[in-house]
Amino acid sequence: MTATPTATTAGAMAGSLRDTVTLTGRILQHWKRRPVSIVLGLLFPVLMVVMFGYLFGGAMAVPDGHYMDYLIPGMLALTMLFGLEAMVVAVTTDTAKGVIERIRAMPVTTTAILAGRSAADLLNAVVGITVMVATGLIVGWTTNRGTLLALAGLGLLLWLRFAFTWIGIYLGLMLKTPESAVAVQVLVWPVGFLSSAFVSPDTMPGWLGAIATWNPLSATATAIRDLFGNPSWNAHNWATGHSVALALAWPAVLTVIFLPLAARQYRALGR
Amino acid sequence: MPYEERAGGPPASRGGLAIDAIDLRKRYKDAVALDGFSLSVTAGTVCGLLGPNGAGKTTAVRILTTLLAPDSGQALVAGCDVVADPRTARYRIGLVGQNASVDEILSGRQNLIMFGKLYHLPTASARDRADALLAQFDLTDAAAQSVAGYSGGMRRRLDLAASLILAPPVLFLDEPTTGLDPRARIETWASIKTLVGCGTTVLLTTQYLEEADQLADQIAVIDAGRVVAQGTPDELKAKVGPDRVETVTRKPSLDEVFLHLTGHPATTNQPMEAA
Repeated sequence: MTATPTATTAGAMAGSLRDTVTLTGRILQHWKRRPVSIVLGLLFPVLMVVMFGYLFGGAMAVPDGHYMDYLIPGMLALTMLFGLEAMVVAVTTDTAKGVIERIRAMPVTTTAILAGRSAADLLNAVVGITVMVATGLIVGWTTNRGTLLALAGLGLLLWLRFAFTWIGIYLGLMLKTPESAVAVQVLVWPVGFLSSAFVSPDTMPGWLGAIATWNPLSATATAIRDLFGNPSWNAHNWATGHSVALALAWPAVLTVIFLPLAARQYRALGR
Repeated sequence: MPYEERAGGPPASRGGLAIDAIDLRKRYKDAVALDGFSLSVTAGTVCGLLGPNGAGKTTAVRILTTLLAPDSGQALVAGCDVVADPRTARYRIGLVGQNASVDEILSGRQNLIMFGKLYHLPTASARDRADALLAQFDLTDAAAQSVAGYSGGMRRRLDLAASLILAPPVLFLDEPTTGLDPRARIETWASIKTLVGCGTTVLLTTQYLEEADQLADQIAVIDAGRVVAQGTPDELKAKVGPDRVETVTRKPSLDEVFLHLTGHPATTNQPMEAA
């Protein structure tokens, strides 16, 4: 080897980056080949806006605004959570079909494989956010604290999704079969509903409301309501008062826990 | 050279070997998968690793292809230490696993281009190589179709093509025809024979004795995690004793060999369990 250590490291990093791009491209090719499943995945949250906004919305009395203005940020946060179950299904399918096995037998780094998944998932989140924002604008949702804060809100959503990606990869590698991924699909619902996504935790029994208040999903939902200037419908407590800080901290905590777990679980395939 | 005399010695001194595994051991929580597995395969030959379910075939292949770390032991494949330097080894090894491990949603061509890029070929070369392999494996007409619509035999050929992107010197085939119908099996055998003609060293695991007899120059019989005998099909048959070889037909005679060497019959009709 004549290359200096630095050059070798830089070369390895460039190779890893190219692998990440290739593996991200693979997921994008999936979208192109299976447009129906991706479109259904995107339309599902839209259907929920219609259901909750129009069917139940009439009975929702948001003290200082319209229910749609409360609901859309909640649905944006929930859309991030739906990405987690999609990730579990995708990772278990890869394991079951042996694709991961082939890629592991190739000179591709663990980092590139995990980063490719994460990058594709963030792109998926961007599309999901775009569809939900468009839906919101159609049903009369508005932001009123300026573009910059609105964009900061969208950034918080992607930050939450980044954390969920690692939980999804970890669970996917743990569960191994697409059949067992159904368990995650079922569990996503209580986590989604036990939050401030649809109704204020103040309307729930005390102990349930406390769980909902501290749900990471609620932190992001409350934070973006604040940044968008949408009604938050929550009594003032520490969690709602520090929602932006919590929306930054929660995903950081989840990532610190689940990124190493996902990487460890991936390496455990070779033990 | 009798197999028993080969154990030990520094690996570097053992020239002409494409696969050189010495005393590999692997234990899972509840079972010993490999218990002193040693195997040497001369470059340019086909070795059939023959054994029943749970004998350790898949574990051996997974270790030799860098997918699994052994508890102890040493293995050189194409001159590269698979434990110490798996990354280099991966450029020299082709693997066809038990499942057709290709992306079902992508087309055959998209699969091969993607794998070519992951082998760090420039994009244009990855495309050219994909087209050449599709032609070689008679998949050009189906190149743009999603793999989900491929037959079992077509998937297997695509899988084989994906393993040959870099024309690796050593190719591992883990039960390449398990689950295939007889026609697809014969198609796959034909593809493998073509490869062997080009000088690739092949390690083939199988529970079909007929398959080993058809394809392999050398057969290693594995039982309970170790190689219990190695030689040409004829040598192994001779071990059983001349009287019996004379009285039975050629293909069933390997069954006899197996029974003689392991003390239990082969389980060719069982569904494959994860080893």
